[in-house]
Amino acid sequence: MANTLLSVENLSSGLTDKPILSNINLKINPGETHVLLGPNGAGKSTLGNTLMGHPSYKVSDGKIFFNDEDITNISTDKRAKLGMFMTFQNPIEIPGISVAKFIRSAYEQCSGKKMNVFSFRKMLEEKMQLLEMNTSYADRDLNNGFSGGEKKKAEILQMLVLEPKLAILDETDSGLDVDAVRIVSKGIEEYQKKDNGALLIITHSTKILESLKVGHVHVLVKGKFVDEGGPELIEEINNNGFIKYGPLSDKASGAN
Amino acid sequence: MASKSKVTDVDRTIYDYVDDEKDFYRLKEGLTESVVRHISEEKKEPQWMLEFRLKALESYNKQDVPDWGPSLKGLNIDDISSYVRAKSDMKNNWEEVPSDIKNTFERLGIPQAERLSLAGVGAQYDSELVYHNVKDEVKAQGVIYSGMEEALVGPYADLVKEKFMHLLTINEHKFLALHGAVWSGGSFVYVPKGVHLSIPLQSYFRLNAAGAGQYEHTLIIVDDDAYLQFIEGCSAPKYNVANLHAGCVEIYVGKKSTVRYSTIENWSKNMYNLNSKRALVETDGAIEWISGSFGSHTSYLYPMSVLKGDRAKSEYTGITFSGAGQDLDTGTKVVHIGEDTTSFVNAKSISKSGGLNTFRSSVEIKKTAKRAKCSVSCTSLMLDSESRSDTIPTMDVRTSDADMGHEAKIGKISEEVIFYLMSRGIEEAEARAMIVTGFANPVAKELPLEYAVEMNNLLKLEMEGAIG
Repeated sequence: MANTLLSVENLSSGLTDKPILSNINLKINPGETHVLLGPNGAGKSTLGNTLMGHPSYKVSDGKIFFNDEDITNISTDKRAKLGMFMTFQNPIEIPGISVAKFIRSAYEQCSGKKMNVFSFRKMLEEKMQLLEMNTSYADRDLNNGFSGGEKKKAEILQMLVLEPKLAILDETDSGLDVDAVRIVSKGIEEYQKKDNGALLIITHSTKILESLKVGHVHVLVKGKFVDEGGPELIEEINNNGFIKYGPLSDKASGAN
Repeated sequence: MASKSKVTDVDRTIYDYVDDEKDFYRLKEGLTESVVRHISEEKKEPQWMLEFRLKALESYNKQDVPDWGPSLKGLNIDDISSYVRAKSDMKNNWEEVPSDIKNTFERLGIPQAERLSLAGVGAQYDSELVYHNVKDEVKAQGVIYSGMEEALVGPYADLVKEKFMHLLTINEHKFLALHGAVWSGGSFVYVPKGVHLSIPLQSYFRLNAAGAGQYEHTLIIVDDDAYLQFIEGCSAPKYNVANLHAGCVEIYVGKKSTVRYSTIENWSKNMYNLNSKRALVETDGAIEWISGSFGSHTSYLYPMSVLKGDRAKSEYTGITFSGAGQDLDTGTKVVHIGEDTTSFVNAKSISKSGGLNTFRSSVEIKKTAKRAKCSVSCTSLMLDSESRSDTIPTMDVRTSDADMGHEAKIGKISEEVIFYLMSRGIEEAEARAMIVTGFANPVAKELPLEYAVEMNNLLKLEMEGAIG
């Protein structure tokens, strides 16, 4: 247990009046890359939101540990300060707060360190260049009027600056064109290499995984883990979809 | 999640200290002809002003208290001392201002601000200016910046007599009549033709005495082809009795001239702020109002722009924050008279802990104002479900080719937004403060730096303990 970064034990959670996940077990060690695959409506985002402590999702059973600390009931900002991070499927627009100012506040909160404005700016711009972002975006209001691709890049940018120990990427590739997927993948690789960062990549497609080194794959269907394996599982699901796991949900018709 | 907590008032210690009042000259409460005569006599002002005051008093006695806005029931004019003056004559050397009054302004940062970035500063304490200073290079350009009483007998005495309360007249409403009868203090500014003042002038008003009124008069005359930025700051400590502020600001903007008038108002929460402001804009001139309203118990505040000349412009950027027990009715009025005149209104309001906010705008396009353009936008943020925000826009258009736009949005801070910020390590209270600061940013951007900082500090102060 000593080396485990994230440990999820018998976790059940959902909305107040609607159970979604049941009996989830998951261990992630430092530097490992895990992929969570599953059809639409399987509960993938619920897992991400539960791990980050979204106020709408309640844990009805089980526990979550981060670096051996029980975080099941602590507030979201404290989880972030311990080294957890999540990219949002629909990043929030914050009018009046610039990208640079926002990320700097977050950096100071997460790291507990103050950084001089100029050094911070330089570091931020280096990472923006890596993500092929125009550095003028640093002075724009966060996500305000950004295209879908720019929003996702801004999420990856935050990850690279905050250097979390575990990053949960919730459908980071959805709605992105080929170029944007390449750039986002490049950012994720940088995080894997430079920070020895652990990842939980939540996705219902597999195109973002093509260039990434993946260690573990979990399959979530109807709120339960139904399969796990190595990278070969991605290939298999890519070819056959989730059909072999039986009816997917009441609504969803299959992988897309 | 943190349990709900509620604050009835925030820590305002920097504003709330009270100076000892023992050395002050004070008129007994209430308004009578003898009070008015007394004020006039004390000021040794010209005869025409005494006559004007008495006429205003007569008008005051005939008019009713407005009943179309927030309630004024808590305000009894007989309880409010109209004239309180510190026993000190006006100084133009900071060192000579009495130390208790000086300390007040030191704590509010007035002399520092002057040293840093102002062309001139006036500081009014209760009814009278206690300090007035203008930089020599500004004086050398012919700019006049003096106390209002001084202006009545100064080099522009005739001009002052011609313009004083001609833009805002005593018969418009009861509190303008009151102002006319008992006005005291304030500033007179004259900027000659062709003078572009690159650094701002500032007036700071401080009401210290309990149960008193402040009725300063600001008259600004900017000749053609000139530029002036004027900043007005207001504060007062908190008392349990009602105080009244019924100031009056008249601005004349000459041809091709621009005046930018910025206010950060932070009156204490027992203050009735019934202030009137108006600008008359000539051909190709522009008036820019920047207005931040934070304090007061009740406010009626609608700076008005009269776009008289062709191509005259007005811009209003305002933010109003009302917390527990506050009923703030703010907005703006524009009258388009000249051809091709344009006006932009960008108003924001924040309400919290049961605060009431009303945005009122009135735009009038007269028959002569061919091709007038007007855009009104109003955005409100309510921080909880007990607060309230209303928008009352009116437009009266008498032409067929006006270009009019109106947009109003009312919103709350969603759980999702807070979650997003918290997932970046930001605490809930800080996350809320950040969203509010961001919301107010378009206004802060328009303010001079020290005032933008003051506004952000006020917002933070107001947001402390605002979890819920």
